[in-house]
Amino acid sequence: MMLLIPCPWCGPRDEAEFHYGGQAHVAYPENPAALSDEEWARYLFFRDNPKGAFAERWSHSAGCRRWFNALRDTATNEIHAVYRVGEPRPVTS
Amino acid sequence: MAECRSPAAAFADRFDAASKGGALRLAELPFLTQVDIRVDPASPAAKDIGAALGMPLPVAPGTTVISGDVTVAWLGPDEWLVIGPEGYRFDLLRKALGERHGSVVDVSAQRTTLLVAGPRARDLLAHGCALDLHPTVFGLGRCAQTMLARAQVVLLPRQDGLLVLVRSSFAAYLAEWLLDAATEYLAPRL
Ligand SMILES: [Zn+2]
Repeated sequence: MMLLIPCPWCGPRDEAEFHYGGQAHVAYPENPAALSDEEWARYLFFRDNPKGAFAERWSHSAGCRRWFNALRDTATNEIHAVYRVGEPRPVTS
Repeated sequence: MAECRSPAAAFADRFDAASKGGALRLAELPFLTQVDIRVDPASPAAKDIGAALGMPLPVAPGTTVISGDVTVAWLGPDEWLVIGPEGYRFDLLRKALGERHGSVVDVSAQRTTLLVAGPRARDLLAHGCALDLHPTVFGLGRCAQTMLARAQVVLLPRQDGLLVLVRSSFAAYLAEWLLDAATEYLAPRL
């Protein structure tokens, strides 16, 4: 199976042109030195694992080489929206 | 000066032979000057670089502007590739940027340029490229970075075909692939 992913810059391209970057909107801790080991591990390794809409990062590595975010349904692989880095997660019904 | 040898030089004879039938024209256009520019498109520096180029940096994704023998291709929202003849004065672009935030880098040795032209050029490339290459959607003024036969390329439409910019280390592989894929367009009609 090959996904057709719409790069916000280049338009729809084969999945083979992209690299996956994991969950989006994981904020870097404001003061990492203040975190306990458990809190640091939670930041580094713990990610959501929803069945349904998931905001995740992709890089169009064989194209324009930009990172962007996509809202993908983990059950159907349908991509509901793509948006540029810095833009908020779109609201979908 | 040291002798220069282009990445696909060894394929010149086979490209010539494949170009004889009239369906295709294959050739390497070696040693073109290629300059990678990164700058904020809204900045005064971008304007000054455009003035030095004699044309504005194209801001629409997947587009090029062409003036004479110089092409400026959009690579990203803050990145462009300038392709000019051997000896093109890219130092003038660097001077236009000055000390401001951005970069102007000579990347001529990174990729070589293959010409794939003739009436079957787009059919040939379609064997290994998922993009719609029909001239009505991908004609003069467009450009794309994509995969051709699993190799990363920059595609630039020309009047009667396309330029395929390929990394020097992939050039021999892609030349072999093009010649192999071209077989059906070269065979004599039965
Ligand atoms: Zn892209």
